[in-house]
Amino acid sequence: MNQDLFIQNLFNALTVGSLYALIAIGYTMVYGILRFINFAHGDVFMVGAYFIFFTVNFSIIPWPLAALAAIIGASALGILVDRVAYRPLREAPRISALISAIGVSFLLENLGLVIFTGLPRPAVQPAWLVDPIIYGNIRILPLSFVVPAVTAVLVLGLLFIVYRTRPGLAMRSIARDIETTRLMGVSIDRTIALTFGLGSALAAAAGIMWAMRYPQIHPFMGVLPGFKAFIAAVVGGIGSIQGAVLGGLLLGTVEIVAVANWPELSGYRDAFAFVLLIVILLFRPTGLMGEKMEDKI
Amino acid sequence: MKSLKILAGIMLAVFLAAGPARAQVKIGVYLPLTGQNAFGGQLELDGINLAHQEMPEAIGQKVELVVMDNKSDKVEAANAVQRLIDRDKVVAIIGTYGSSLAMAGGEVAEVAKIPVVGTSCTNPLVTQGKTYYFRACFIDPYQGAGAATYAFNELKAKKAALLIDVSNDYAVGLGAFFKRSFTTLGGEIVTEMKYNSGDQDFTAQLTEINSKQPDVMFIPAYFAEGGIIMKQARELGAKFRIMGGDAMDNPETVSIAGAASEGFIHTSFPYDAGMANMNEQAKAFTGAWRLANPDKEPNVNAALGYASYLMIVKAIEKAGAATPEAITKALAETKDLPTPLGMLTLDSDHNPQMPVGIIEIKDGKRVYLGEVQPE
Repeated sequence: MNQDLFIQNLFNALTVGSLYALIAIGYTMVYGILRFINFAHGDVFMVGAYFIFFTVNFSIIPWPLAALAAIIGASALGILVDRVAYRPLREAPRISALISAIGVSFLLENLGLVIFTGLPRPAVQPAWLVDPIIYGNIRILPLSFVVPAVTAVLVLGLLFIVYRTRPGLAMRSIARDIETTRLMGVSIDRTIALTFGLGSALAAAAGIMWAMRYPQIHPFMGVLPGFKAFIAAVVGGIGSIQGAVLGGLLLGTVEIVAVANWPELSGYRDAFAFVLLIVILLFRPTGLMGEKMEDKI
Repeated sequence: MKSLKILAGIMLAVFLAAGPARAQVKIGVYLPLTGQNAFGGQLELDGINLAHQEMPEAIGQKVELVVMDNKSDKVEAANAVQRLIDRDKVVAIIGTYGSSLAMAGGEVAEVAKIPVVGTSCTNPLVTQGKTYYFRACFIDPYQGAGAATYAFNELKAKKAALLIDVSNDYAVGLGAFFKRSFTTLGGEIVTEMKYNSGDQDFTAQLTEINSKQPDVMFIPAYFAEGGIIMKQARELGAKFRIMGGDAMDNPETVSIAGAASEGFIHTSFPYDAGMANMNEQAKAFTGAWRLANPDKEPNVNAALGYASYLMIVKAIEKAGAATPEAITKALAETKDLPTPLGMLTLDSDHNPQMPVGIIEIKDGKRVYLGEVQPE
């Protein structure tokens, strides 16, 4: 591989990896607090993408405001899902909540099919995000810088909330001992709702970024990215925010590198990624950054 | 004992009520009306309905259409055919858009011995070795070879790259035939890259293809992925021509790919609302469509749906009976049947022979360039 190809592929990997990371954080946050995998996360991601599609296409508000509206809308959806589908099952065995999450996932997908129809829709891409920067043979979309930057800002913001604010303290406290936290007078339900709100906001942000990169929106768009991001979260060490970012970037890199180095095996792209992930889990069953149990949020 | 009598009475009444006041011919339709292929399925259904309006009867009996959505899913397709046969007792079936779906449905119909006419399932395996599956469209060798012939003879392309969805029978079949025809003509395949259905990121594959500098890239994809591929290829600075198959024949291709779709060429069936030398049937179909759908242009999928219905009704009339066996026998002998896609004659593999249409995207609009005889 020559240098131009290397740099081109590096940015290809960084873009797709950051997107995986952004989705993976949502999985990891909820797991860290509730020890529960929110399978509807990928579908909130899809709804976020639809929100931006509709706000941009059917209203006059500028793009950044539309993005903000989509994020707020998805947060509200996340909180609603928690209130309706998860909160009544708080005392039930964890497997019940898991089944409920799978149910919510199917519900959102099929609601999407009914409301939005199965027809893929083209997302509006602001020109400043997709006019490539040309440097010799290398062509990089501004999006390739924007996506990692947005991911970094959101992760830092999230870390700030979790480690430097009182609601964040409540989250970490719930993660460690839910009963004692309740006795301390912390509102468990409100804190968990906040967690789902934050997680869904991240999913929506990822959905918007994803729609900018791959401008096609359909009701099942969240399934495969959601699945991959979940694997990324597990590899990074589920429960660890930094781990989710690392896992996402690693997954994106492996996918691109595998195809770039062994073009004739490009059909096995996903297999490459998952084999590496299995290998990592064989040697580090708790994931790359999952060893320090007490640090889990 | 008394309750048993009442029950028998009720059953008798039900039987009598259900008894036909007038004989009916039930024809099943299974098409993707939701999911990723919904667009094509819906248009074909419109074409079938139009043909049904024009010819509501066969051998003096009313024809009833029973429509099932196969949801663009192989399992659903098999279930849909099963239900049409078991529950609705249809004598023949029309469908479907998508070869993978047709193959799944075909297995069920073959066992039940019910004839099926495929609308736009172009993979050879759909009818190969099958007694009961027919189709109104040509097969992949035609299209792949047609695209390769056009690329080599008209575009003067010497080096071609392939980007193929390996989890899709249609894409694999079409790609293989393009490759065979292009190399036979004297061209070179510089690289053959692969991906899986549902993938959204093709940057790694396209970066590799770009580095080989082909004259043309052939993507036998569906429009959903095809649009994204074109867009990413241009973002990465690709200068080669891009070609595809009939599954890219969709307005969404342009709306998703935008400016990146400019100059894109794809093969299609030999019907277009704007074609220069239209035959009588095509003129009649176009006129009837415009009357029924003043806001929508007739398209080739609608024409194929129309032709499929035509094939079955003509077969029933020729056979003089609406039984699955009689229809199957008559369908196999279809010869010089006038359809909007030209005179249709089925070969021994139940595949029609016809030239391949070539379409180019110019200024965001599809332009019918003409037909090419595959070599």
